[in-house]
Amino acid sequence: MINYIIRRTLLAIPLLFGITVVSFIIMQLAPGDPTALMIDPMIKKEDLEAYKEMYGLNDPIYVQYFTWLGNMLQGNFGESLIRQGTSVSELIFARLPNTLLLMVVSTIIAFLISIPLGILSATKQNKLSDYVITIISFLGVATPNFWFGLVLIMVFSVHLGWFPTGGVETLGSSFSILDRIHHLILPAFVLATADMAGLTRYTRSNMIEVLRQDYIRTARAKGFKQNKVIYKHGLKNALIPVITIFGLMLPSFIGGSVVVEKIFTWPGIGLLFFDAAFQRDYPVLMAITVIGSALVVLGNLIADILYAVFDPRIEY
Amino acid sequence: MPLLKENETVEINNHPIIDLNNEKPEKMSAIIFQKFIKNKLAVVGAIYLLLIIFAAIFADVLAPHDPNYQQLLKKLAPPGKEYLLGADNLGRDTLSRLLYGARVSLIVGFVSVAGSIFIGTAVGAIAGYYGGKIDAFLMRFVDVMISFPSIFLLIILVTMFEPSISTLIFVFAIFGWTGTSRLVRGEFLTLRSREYVLAAKTIGIPSYKIIFAHILPNAMGPIIVSATLGVGGVILAESALSYLGLGIQPPTPSWGNMLQSAQTLPIMLDSWWYPLFPGIAILLTVLAFNFVGDGLRDAFDPKIK
Repeated sequence: MINYIIRRTLLAIPLLFGITVVSFIIMQLAPGDPTALMIDPMIKKEDLEAYKEMYGLNDPIYVQYFTWLGNMLQGNFGESLIRQGTSVSELIFARLPNTLLLMVVSTIIAFLISIPLGILSATKQNKLSDYVITIISFLGVATPNFWFGLVLIMVFSVHLGWFPTGGVETLGSSFSILDRIHHLILPAFVLATADMAGLTRYTRSNMIEVLRQDYIRTARAKGFKQNKVIYKHGLKNALIPVITIFGLMLPSFIGGSVVVEKIFTWPGIGLLFFDAAFQRDYPVLMAITVIGSALVVLGNLIADILYAVFDPRIEY
Repeated sequence: MPLLKENETVEINNHPIIDLNNEKPEKMSAIIFQKFIKNKLAVVGAIYLLLIIFAAIFADVLAPHDPNYQQLLKKLAPPGKEYLLGADNLGRDTLSRLLYGARVSLIVGFVSVAGSIFIGTAVGAIAGYYGGKIDAFLMRFVDVMISFPSIFLLIILVTMFEPSISTLIFVFAIFGWTGTSRLVRGEFLTLRSREYVLAAKTIGIPSYKIIFAHILPNAMGPIIVSATLGVGGVILAESALSYLGLGIQPPTPSWGNMLQSAQTLPIMLDSWWYPLFPGIAILLTVLAFNFVGDGLRDAFDPKIK
């Protein structure tokens, strides 16, 4: 087991390396060079050359890459091109807690809704409730999340006045947990819907698979109550593979935060990314892309390890 | 001693499995079509898509108004006789803009998926057919690409080039192929060890011919399914980018950018129809692609009768 965890962790390293290489190549595609944005265009040619020399822009491309990588490993993502004098890591780490809060709450919502629906769908296979849940799942996949967010704001914030239209807290009030939760509900729910459909279908098919197994039939034959068979014997085994789908959900969760944070003006890294895109603030964009992808790799790693921990049948 | 005596032949052609009652065997495409039309949701989806494609092609004829004509006096007009689905905040007819928007969404969807399917199939076929180091290298590259939350890369590339229909098609094509390549690789891995492929290799048919003429046609089912679902996915992503202002730029109507100015208090308070219709257009179209994709998956699956 320890062996497997070490091997699996080592596998993540080349992946992270690849992510930085691809990000760096994409950054090189940006038109012009960073000096064009940072420096007064009226500057003398010699001074421009001096700047380029100072920032290492005349170095060979692989030297630039390793300098960038080295800095990044020390937590130095460079300076924002737009907000001069502010380091990118400052900007990101000021916003990261908001995004993590949103993502954790959405994940919990997604699991709390999808798993029971998936179980219900599986145990009532080909009955009315199964069909209704299937149709809702189809709708969930096809609904654009930004539009769903708009509709929820229109109905629940503007017309019914139940929830605020955006932000993390009521302006001018002091911090309170209830206020924070009040602001969290709509954006977290919209972000959660992106993956609820897939999660429900996955739980359903796993549950159906497990309920067909011999040991379930044995349990039934021994006269256990239906509920006990489903929840005690079936559920445990059906839920193990669901752990892995958590890793698969991460990219769309992190990506979805851009849209959701924009609609609900939730000041997290998604909104920071959106603003940086409009300002062509490439150091911020690259840093968020690398951190976001690293979170995906980390999430997959954790999911794989948990899978190995929870499923003793698998040998490594 | 020879296995067969002189004048003795093995009667393959009259074998009952191959030629039942002397009727021509049913064509594969006919079987698939018959299975597909049994799936009601898939048929409904297919009919809806045909209608939308028709509407997009003939948008100039069908649209009751010029999609960009601003009748400022009629701004935010509710659905009625003159404006069937109402007018937007600049007094433009929503229905006409939806029809022209369908063009944009479908062109971006179909063309970029054609591109990403092409790349994905090529990469998957090479990886799956040759295996070994080439396979390992290509698949690790796919692993890297899949780890990126795709919207980040899409947005970065769009900001580097001018956002336009061709830019969007390009970025969706170069980031959308990874799923297809994994799928095609899997198909090729199983198909390459089949007897007919070994036979083709034995008689010296060149690799490219085996790949294109012998293996690829047998892997077409999953590729078509993935393409169908892919178009729906691209339409969804395009609408999100256009909504964010990073996709199709106004005044060119797209289903996403039609919602750009919907998030203001007065509109949300009084003009519910304005944000409603573009969203429903996206939802129904993506739903239809998913229904058709699922229907095709079942139709291509020989295990499902």
